[in-house]
Amino acid sequence: MKRILKILAWGAIALAGAGALAAIAFERREPLNAVWFIVAALCTFLVSYRFYSAFLAAKIFALDNTRATPAERLEDGRDFVPTNKWVLLGHHFAAIAGPGPLVGPTLAAQFGYLPGTLWLIVGAALGGCVQDFTILFCSIRRDGKSLGQIAREEVSKRGGMIALLAVLAIMVILLAVIALVVVKALRESPWGTFTLAMTIPIALLMGIYLRFVRPGRVLEASFGGVALVGLAVVAGQWVNASPAWSRAFTLSAPALAAAIIIYGFGASTLPVWLLLAPRDYLSAFIKVAAIFALAAGVLFVRPTLAMPALTRFTDGDGPVFAGKIFPFCFITIACGAVSGFHALIASGTTPKMILREGHARIVGYGSMLMESFVGVMAMIAACALQPGVYFAINSPAGIVGKTADAAAKTISTWGFALDPQTITSLAQRVGERTLLDRTGGAPSLAVGMAQIFSGTIGGEHLLSIWYHFAIMFEALFILTTLDAGTRVGRFMVQDLAGHAWKPLGRSGSISGTLAASAAMVGAWGYFLWQGVQDPLGGINSLWPLFGIANQLLAAVALVVATTILLKMGRAPFIWVTLIPMMWLVAVTMTASYEKIFSASPRLGFLAQASALAGQISSGAIPAAQIAETQRLIFNNRLDASVTAVLAVMVLVLVVEAVGEWIAIFGGRKPAALHEAPYVAARPAEGD
Amino acid sequence: METLRRAMGLLSGAWSWVRQVSGDAAYENYLRQAIRGGQNEVLSGASAVAAPLSRAEFYLDSLRRRYSTVSRCC
Repeated sequence: MKRILKILAWGAIALAGAGALAAIAFERREPLNAVWFIVAALCTFLVSYRFYSAFLAAKIFALDNTRATPAERLEDGRDFVPTNKWVLLGHHFAAIAGPGPLVGPTLAAQFGYLPGTLWLIVGAALGGCVQDFTILFCSIRRDGKSLGQIAREEVSKRGGMIALLAVLAIMVILLAVIALVVVKALRESPWGTFTLAMTIPIALLMGIYLRFVRPGRVLEASFGGVALVGLAVVAGQWVNASPAWSRAFTLSAPALAAAIIIYGFGASTLPVWLLLAPRDYLSAFIKVAAIFALAAGVLFVRPTLAMPALTRFTDGDGPVFAGKIFPFCFITIACGAVSGFHALIASGTTPKMILREGHARIVGYGSMLMESFVGVMAMIAACALQPGVYFAINSPAGIVGKTADAAAKTISTWGFALDPQTITSLAQRVGERTLLDRTGGAPSLAVGMAQIFSGTIGGEHLLSIWYHFAIMFEALFILTTLDAGTRVGRFMVQDLAGHAWKPLGRSGSISGTLAASAAMVGAWGYFLWQGVQDPLGGINSLWPLFGIANQLLAAVALVVATTILLKMGRAPFIWVTLIPMMWLVAVTMTASYEKIFSASPRLGFLAQASALAGQISSGAIPAAQIAETQRLIFNNRLDASVTAVLAVMVLVLVVEAVGEWIAIFGGRKPAALHEAPYVAARPAEGD
Repeated sequence: METLRRAMGLLSGAWSWVRQVSGDAAYENYLRQAIRGGQNEVLSGASAVAAPLSRAEFYLDSLRRRYSTVSRCC
């Protein structure tokens, strides 16, 4: 009887999910309510977790709770710490969920809600969760080794080096593009700039408290810090209203970029307890609270989506970024569907803390489902905006013009009615001078979130406070990723430089630290500067480059995972990682090819460089702008080269791995796994 | 009364979860492990057992470890 009830319950969940997905895919007569998206995502995720992850755990990995994990065997109370699975789930989720699942879906909303939503749900269930779960499992079985170390041992030495270089490249591009998102959100915004600037002294105060007053009392310091940040958001409106203060905090895009570059250098070289760590605590609290508030707000308000299922920009001529759904929707949304960066967390701290192998299912597969749900929420918030407003905020001035009148005129010709007064008054209502030309996703998401939050608490009254709360929360955790990423990048640069000349590799050397930090900040700072100068907004070229790099890293992780499954004797089941890997290789190679060689100047880096060179030679560029145009030409060629290098690196790894697979299949090479030997687990608290 | 006790139990569980996830309880976890490790060393006949780190030393050490590897994603 119990069994029949269970079957009926799961059948009902599956039917509800399929019904909601069908409504999202086929309903065109009237605008859809957000509830359809929530039901589709929740039901699909429940079914995939209950059945697919159970299949992976039992049939493929054969997770063994009697086998001691590295946390038990190597327990030291510092790195290797056996941790309760729900605590570790919280840790892992806080580590993987960054700005990506919020920004990517918002940008991809230019295609309409359908492509991005389907990719988020299906991509996560069959790709992203599988990658995270598999790499976590592989690392647990190898004493918590990193993806690079696993690649070196299981694929080849070259594979390990490629993984290391891919990680460094993705870091540089990631840091540049997220910094650009902050610049676009805070440019000419005294309220937002003031609030974010205030988080620096607040973090310094917290750092001093945690170091000298009450060492390690994270919660006390964080509660105090969050309250002060709340005050800073409210005080921002007075700064905005005061002519003198407002002038002081009104920064142009280049000035903001320069400030962020200087800040990044400082934060990565200062003692970690002073700025980086307290900022991270602050951002983690606000991030988790804001994500839960967004989910609760969406459920409470249940907005209707104004964006159509598919827009005319499926033709590849979108104003936010150029390119068709295939492959560009799949690289624009990386985090939330499949993100290679997660493989670094899944082979970093988490495998060293897992108490039982069986916990890898909820921690690896489950937390990625949660991240994907955040992505669906972001898609709902972006698509709840009127499409005209969405495109006015996200289109660069180079395409829609600099004034509300020009933008409204251009956007109306695309079929999305927009009154110039609507966008001007919306800007005033959220406490901004303008919302135009804020490409990058953060401001349109903030407007969407503010409308949802103010529909729950405070109404129109609090719209501007909610908007600046949302902007602060996005900018705060973007800058935290920037600090932490620059610091880790510095260590990687020092590690690589140490191979060339040993003194450079010493982490205690001040000159080595300063030189490596300068190299890392210089690298992402260059791309950031390039984005700020780009007449098409920068996001158009940098976000796809980041997406390509991130998905290439996912392909690397899945190549490694497939090799290991083959060596484990799971050949009949290697499709679980092989199919997502082949999909990602197809997506990234097509995207790389189009970004390099497309004849359209808006899409292809080389075509844009040629078009600009043609304009110089035909005399269309005034003499005063020739030097700047030549810089743009150089930048386009540089972007093309970076894309090509990333693509070639992954192709080399794929060829190398396929050679390994054939040799194992043909019996020419033993399927030697590099797992740690079996040790029986002790019964533990939390079992 | 039973309901109140259950509610208090739930609240205390949630608070303990927040302390563990945030790192607020990290030093207590470390001390427990260090004491256990010290006892094992004594039992195995070690002549000298290293004293555990102070709270401030542990805090700095844990930050150094956390931020020398990828700890935050995109």
